[in-house]
Amino acid sequence: MIVNRTTISELAQQQKRLDGRQLTEYRQPIAISTGISWTAEGSSKVQIGDTVVMAGVKMAIEKPYNDTPDEGGIMVNAELLPLSSPEYEPGPPGKKAIELARVIDRGIREAKALDMKSG
Amino acid sequence: MSYTQRLDGRAIEELRPMEAQAGVIPNAAGSAYFKIGKTTCYAAVYGPRELFPRFLQDPKKGVLRCHYSMMPFSGSGERIRPGNNRRAQEISLVMTKALEPVIDLTAFPNAVVDVFVDLPQTDAGTRCAAISAAAIALADAGIPMRDMVSSVAVGQVDGTVVADLMYDEEAYEGVVSDIPVAMTHNTKEVTLLQMDGEISKDHLLKALELAAKVTEKVYELQKKALKTKFTGA
Repeated sequence: MIVNRTTISELAQQQKRLDGRQLTEYRQPIAISTGISWTAEGSSKVQIGDTVVMAGVKMAIEKPYNDTPDEGGIMVNAELLPLSSPEYEPGPPGKKAIELARVIDRGIREAKALDMKSG
Repeated sequence: MSYTQRLDGRAIEELRPMEAQAGVIPNAAGSAYFKIGKTTCYAAVYGPRELFPRFLQDPKKGVLRCHYSMMPFSGSGERIRPGNNRRAQEISLVMTKALEPVIDLTAFPNAVVDVFVDLPQTDAGTRCAAISAAAIALADAGIPMRDMVSSVAVGQVDGTVVADLMYDEEAYEGVVSDIPVAMTHNTKEVTLLQMDGEISKDHLLKALELAAKVTEKVYELQKKALKTKFTGA
């Protein structure tokens, strides 16, 4: 089957997708587990379909920024491991990994989900 | 004072509990998960594929490349900064050297087989876990192999020869030595032998005898993992 824009839009018209899912249906399985790494202060593994992400939190005492002396900080790093797909190559984080990390960073920071003053 | 009772209650020749699974990463040609104690390890094999830049190609035989990497949160101390550090480069090299002797490189001239290893959590013995996992992944990928490579560390803690040291034992106050060993199953060749610390000649010979015995235990588990994947048994 040749897959192009037309194929996909025609399928969408019939409320169908290439892999047979409904338009709003998630890939399966969806699995979440926590505590996957004893060396991290907190960790988790989340899977949607064949995409797997592992996350770990490391904490350290650092000097606060001058403009927010009573607040802690957060730093988000993402890596697209060459182990996970032939598309990713070893070496320092590429553009995609940096974009991913920045988007996650802003998502968490701007949601104000973390109490930066606690503790 | 001598080391008679191990810190975690194991017998002196006992390995930490292990787990192994083949075929855990669908994108890869072959893959494996290997766990020993609190050290866990994923390995994925990509290739044989064309090697770039081209001047690295060899028309007579293929190239095996191992890439060892600890995840940023996998160390018990500070966060590990991304990118290649000297330790990771060293381990990548010794992994390649430990696995190369069993691989039939003539089967894929001009091509490269990449082995990527990542560790989500570590508690000593990471290079051994990496080699054992990589060997399962290579076999899973169907790369022609003459033999299996199994790896485990042995050593001596305060006068007692032990198998599979954990971090607390490596850091034990007193005379300690840590000897990562990799061995082939059929030919009993040693493909990795490094040592850190102090040990007497007698203890070293005893430790190597022990290594031959305990790498067999790793081999049995590797074989089981591959059989489970390919026969479902």
